[in-house]
Amino acid sequence: MSERFSWSRWVGIIIKEFIQLSRDRLTFGMIIGIPVIQLLLFGYAINADPKQLPTAVLAADSSEYSRTLVAALQTSGYFRIDRYAASEAEVDTLLSRGDVQFAITIPENFGRKLVRGERPVLLIEADATDPSATGNAIAALGQLASVALARDLRGPLGDLVPSASPVDVRVHRRYNPEGVTAYNIVPGLIGVILTLTMVLMTGLAMTRERERGTFENLLSTPALPVEVMTGKIVPYILIGLIQVTLIFIAALLLFEVPMQGSALLLYGVMLLFIAANLTLGITFSSLARNQLQAMQMTFFFFLPSILLSGFMFPFRGMPEWAQWVGSALPLTHFLVLVRGIMLKGNGLAELWPQMWPIAVFMLAVIAIGLRFYKRTLD
Amino acid sequence: MSGELVIDVQNLNKSFGDKHVVKDFSLQVRRGEIYGFLGPNGSGKTTSIRMLCGLLKPDSGLGTCLGHDLIRETAAIKREVGYMTQRFSLWEDLSIRQNLDFIARMYGMKDRAEAVSAAIRQLGLEARQDQVAGALSGGWKQRLALAACLLHRPQLLLLDEPTAGVDPVARRDFWQEIHALAAHGVSVLVSTHYMDEAERCHRLAYIAYGKLLATGTPDEVLHLFPLVTWEVSGPSEKLTALSAQLQARPGVVHVTAFGHTLHVTGEDAAALEQAIAPYRNEPGLKWKHAESILEDVFIHLMAKAPDNFS
Repeated sequence: MSERFSWSRWVGIIIKEFIQLSRDRLTFGMIIGIPVIQLLLFGYAINADPKQLPTAVLAADSSEYSRTLVAALQTSGYFRIDRYAASEAEVDTLLSRGDVQFAITIPENFGRKLVRGERPVLLIEADATDPSATGNAIAALGQLASVALARDLRGPLGDLVPSASPVDVRVHRRYNPEGVTAYNIVPGLIGVILTLTMVLMTGLAMTRERERGTFENLLSTPALPVEVMTGKIVPYILIGLIQVTLIFIAALLLFEVPMQGSALLLYGVMLLFIAANLTLGITFSSLARNQLQAMQMTFFFFLPSILLSGFMFPFRGMPEWAQWVGSALPLTHFLVLVRGIMLKGNGLAELWPQMWPIAVFMLAVIAIGLRFYKRTLD
Repeated sequence: MSGELVIDVQNLNKSFGDKHVVKDFSLQVRRGEIYGFLGPNGSGKTTSIRMLCGLLKPDSGLGTCLGHDLIRETAAIKREVGYMTQRFSLWEDLSIRQNLDFIARMYGMKDRAEAVSAAIRQLGLEARQDQVAGALSGGWKQRLALAACLLHRPQLLLLDEPTAGVDPVARRDFWQEIHALAAHGVSVLVSTHYMDEAERCHRLAYIAYGKLLATGTPDEVLHLFPLVTWEVSGPSEKLTALSAQLQARPGVVHVTAFGHTLHVTGEDAAALEQAIAPYRNEPGLKWKHAESILEDVFIHLMAKAPDNFS
């Protein structure tokens, strides 16, 4: 029997989807609104290098050295000293209530002990309930004391200045020398937003037909599963491209993310990623019985995508099994690709190892989708 | 009537979970025939029709639809059959023209634009062709759905309760169109609850609890079961009381109320006369012999069915 792919049927399904999409103003608005709002919100809000953290000081010593130290802490930018505590008990209260992130205790006779070369203790207590909030500030403390005091320890005190390290350690922060969070977050947001909107929109596409009863009509026509599935995907590819263009423009203009690589290559990679997410959505759609189930499946996929892909937390910090899970997700590879193109200027040769896993994911998913697409109402 | 069979199926069965919805369903429909498909709600009519057009796969049984194998050649069946769903299943957010155009594309029609325009003209919806289908009233939706399933000029129409909730004028127009189509050789299988519609069919099939109970022309079905019916008329409050009393009498199969009359139906003439004898001379009541009608037969079948097939 001539059960062959028909371009005319396929075009018919695409036209129908476009018309329905254009009638659904709210959805259409969300397609444009979601990326813009999320980008502005998260792009400006998320900061992995928090500064100006509230700090309390308990100074039992009033020598010039302790004043120098406190001033140095403030100029590092990480500590904002807005409390002076009178007792250890007060320090405890401030920390436990969360009023301050850090408490600095300078013990009695700090200056005197320092001059005598007794290596006095400088106690810094941090509220480390959220390690990422305190991590960078604590890291900055390491050299702070010796550098700050170097100027004060002159003349006869000169031998208290620590001798130079036997190794000259040089750090080059390549691709993002200033450590701007937005350079990392904004390209990542392209992937996160695409994952959510693409999977969700197509996830609802087929279940909507089923809930409205129109699926029965569609099934009673000669339309083939592959025509219906791919025909429903095409309009969303276009929507995905509109979304990434919006985000891309905002990334360049608002967040001034550098664009080192080829824009054409970037679009090629995004197209691949969009297609992978859409096939997943349409497969969810043919597995789910109603729109609610399709929605639940989407979120079941969305959370690991955000948490295990390296968007929120460093991918290499996860145990190996979690990295395996993460490697199965298209977003993981997409993040490496986008950051690679935009920040590092990578070319196809460097990108390919991250591209084929997305393609494999897509083929596997579409095979499952076609397998479970119901040709009947059973 | 004789002629080639457009539907010829034997012993179709279908279960959903442990519910046996259709049992050993066999049906023959000839070309140009209007075949009425009757039965109470949930009797398996929709499931049977869906099996005929390839939307459901029968668990067992075999047969052909327009000469195509019911199990293996569903694609060919879908191309040649026009199926109208019970619930309006066109896209409410597409316009009338867009709906028809989409359906025409799905069937790969060469003369798509002309066919769609002709259908809209025939519907008399030229002025409203750009309105969304969801804005149409029930009667118009039904006409649009019929036009959509006729668009690709199918040889066989499967209509699942097409006139449910449609006003009498629209129903009459609808049946005139069905008869015109049948005259041109189109075969129609139509499910319905309306007795007047059953009488407009060439042949009938009655299904209850998934089991086909009777087939034949309306006349044959009427005489398949020799029922005797008495009609009694009188003041309505008296009839209400009488109805309850008669229902309990042996020999009475069922009592049906029609405004100011009751139909008292039984299987055996003598037994029925004995049952109504005590009330025959009651003042205010007028008794007379009545013709049994299709409705009596169907109510009788429905009443009998659960005992036999539960």
